Amino acid sequence: MQPEVLIIQPSSPWRTIDLREVWRYRELLYFFIWRDVKVRYKQTSLGILWAVLQPLFAMLIFAFVFGRIARLPSDGTPYALFAYAGLLPWGFFANGVNMGGQSLIGSANLITKVYFPRVLVPIAAVATGLVDFGLATLMLAPLLAMYRVVPDAGAFLWIPIIVIVELLLAFGIAIWLSALVARFRDLRHVIPFMVQIWLFATPIVYPLSMVPERWRWLVQLNPMAGVVEAFRRSIFGRPVDATPLFWAALLAIALIGTGSIYFRRTERMVADVL
Amino acid sequence: MSSNRPSSAVHAVVVDRISKLYRIGALLEQRSFREALTDFIALRRRTEEPGARDLWALRDVSFDVHRGEAVGIIGQNGAGKSTLLKILSRITEPTSGRIEVRGRVSSLLEVGTGFHAELTGRENIQLNGAILGMTRKEIRERFDEIVAFAEVERFIDTPVKYYSTGMYMRLAFAVAAHLEPEILVVDEVLAVGDAAFQAKCLRKMGDVASHGRTVLFVSHNMPAVKSLCKTAVWLRQGSVVEIGEAGAVVTSYLQHASSRAGLDDVAQVIASFPEDPVFRLDSITLRQHGQTSTALVNGEPIDIEIAFEVKRTTLALHVYTQVFDLDEILLFESLHNGDTDAPPLVEAGRYVATMRIPADFLAPRPYQLRVNAGIADVRVLIPEPVRINFDVQQTGIVNRAYPGYPPVGRVAPRLEWRLERT
Repeated sequence: MQPEVLIIQPSSPWRTIDLREVWRYRELLYFFIWRDVKVRYKQTSLGILWAVLQPLFAMLIFAFVFGRIARLPSDGTPYALFAYAGLLPWGFFANGVNMGGQSLIGSANLITKVYFPRVLVPIAAVATGLVDFGLATLMLAPLLAMYRVVPDAGAFLWIPIIVIVELLLAFGIAIWLSALVARFRDLRHVIPFMVQIWLFATPIVYPLSMVPERWRWLVQLNPMAGVVEAFRRSIFGRPVDATPLFWAALLAIALIGTGSIYFRRTERMVADVL
Repeated sequence: MSSNRPSSAVHAVVVDRISKLYRIGALLEQRSFREALTDFIALRRRTEEPGARDLWALRDVSFDVHRGEAVGIIGQNGAGKSTLLKILSRITEPTSGRIEVRGRVSSLLEVGTGFHAELTGRENIQLNGAILGMTRKEIRERFDEIVAFAEVERFIDTPVKYYSTGMYMRLAFAVAAHLEPEILVVDEVLAVGDAAFQAKCLRKMGDVASHGRTVLFVSHNMPAVKSLCKTAVWLRQGSVVEIGEAGAVVTSYLQHASSRAGLDDVAQVIASFPEDPVFRLDSITLRQHGQTSTALVNGEPIDIEIAFEVKRTTLALHVYTQVFDLDEILLFESLHNGDTDAPPLVEAGRYVATMRIPADFLAPRPYQLRVNAGIADVRVLIPEPVRINFDVQQTGIVNRAYPGYPPVGRVAPRLEWRLERT
């Protein structure tokens, strides 16, 4: 039997992520996600309920402040439902960016002791959010029933595509941020702030239709605008425009491509810096 | 860099001219994003960090490990052992050179890597196993054995945060011990736990080595290296000093450590310090019985002589010593002029300060002396403390009635006992 041969030598600065290697380590990726999910639900006394309560409370606050007091329009759907349908994909994205950005320095104790493809860390951080997202999405059913909104089956088919685009987008940003934060520690404090601003730059508490026509292109440069809008439309059974989704996917791929080179360059020195 | 040496199939590991450069200042002083951004905007490129210094942790290290061979890597702290291990474990990359590894590698730089306090024993076995490179199938197959080895059956579904330290360590080691790699890279993970547990770990290590597995073992424990390893590699200041039969290499390493040569390294370190307008360290000498040595006994006092020059009369200038043990625990610190009512004025001139460690105070074990100098509340006077390893043998009177029980503990001071018959 010929044993596998491993060559250890300085790597080229232009190498990107080795996908075959990531695939070989898929079990470890599974364990990272499994650990994060378990620990998350063990640490809070509300456990798994938390995943649902968080967007639910955000919905109630938004419905009160923006729906009742500010009287923002909501494209003809009840404002609370409108907000929830926007907060769902947003929550997943924001979580992915926050957790993903902190993930590399958060795993310092592992990274300085064991080898594995470092990119598993931001992947796991982003993917862990899928569980919360799934649970929060289940909550949508009673809400829809309460407001007697019947979703359209055809539009619903968009949801998996939207989730994949969003997953890629969150990962593209997380891979950049996790590497940047490992190099420049002060950035970690900037991420939550950045995410907060991004929330209001995305049509979540207000509908895209509220933005004046001539400024709409600017809002739509934000890939999350397309993702949130498409998600909402597919929930409420309105036709989904594929162009903004395509733009988001394109951006996600560009971010992943460039990010993986930057990540690899950081990865080479990361164990020495952490 | 390509290898000229043939890599034959009998070799499990071929290390070929491995070097690793650390940039000291650049690493420790993390740049902030704000600085990086302003530099970028000002089109400034920082090629030279102020105070950055190159340190070759490894320089042109080459050696081969045959399949099924157990190799010990020895050397003083800072000799490059850990760096070599980190490169072999792929935690950090070499700056140049190449290593060929044939076979599945597992590395153990600590036990319990990735253990999570909130998870149960069962969950941690699965997680830790996966982190160490076991497949889910392997974990399932060895699960019962691991639990039995760790002796934690009753608590397997309890979160490990409720475990005692002993249980925690046993479980952590049990997972590691059930790895079955072709090549095992181990750091001094054995230096934990109580004596019985250490013995159990050493036996397990012996099993691994005798079952034809290739083992690379970094240790300060010379008896363990001699008994577990066939070959040893001795590193000093990043380079290989000697490779060969473990017993022989350990012997010459110990001889070196106990001769003046250790102090010659110190002279080099001192000579490399940059010029300071106020202070210059001239030499540090360890003496016992008038003899200069780092192989000492605890039955006689030990004198530490520090020669230095004060170039300008300075308030609160002092040299001070710290004694650590090999677990990096500070045992004590002493200032050359600390026992006065107020910080004294130290006049310009040349001095020799001698500190005496009394007889019957240190335990028979290796220690590290660190010598430093500073001006209180102002600054340090040398870029880093000077480190000198020394070894102490038992000749003192503490416990001499029980020769089978040499004094344990990090120090072994002779204390007064009063005995009254009642």
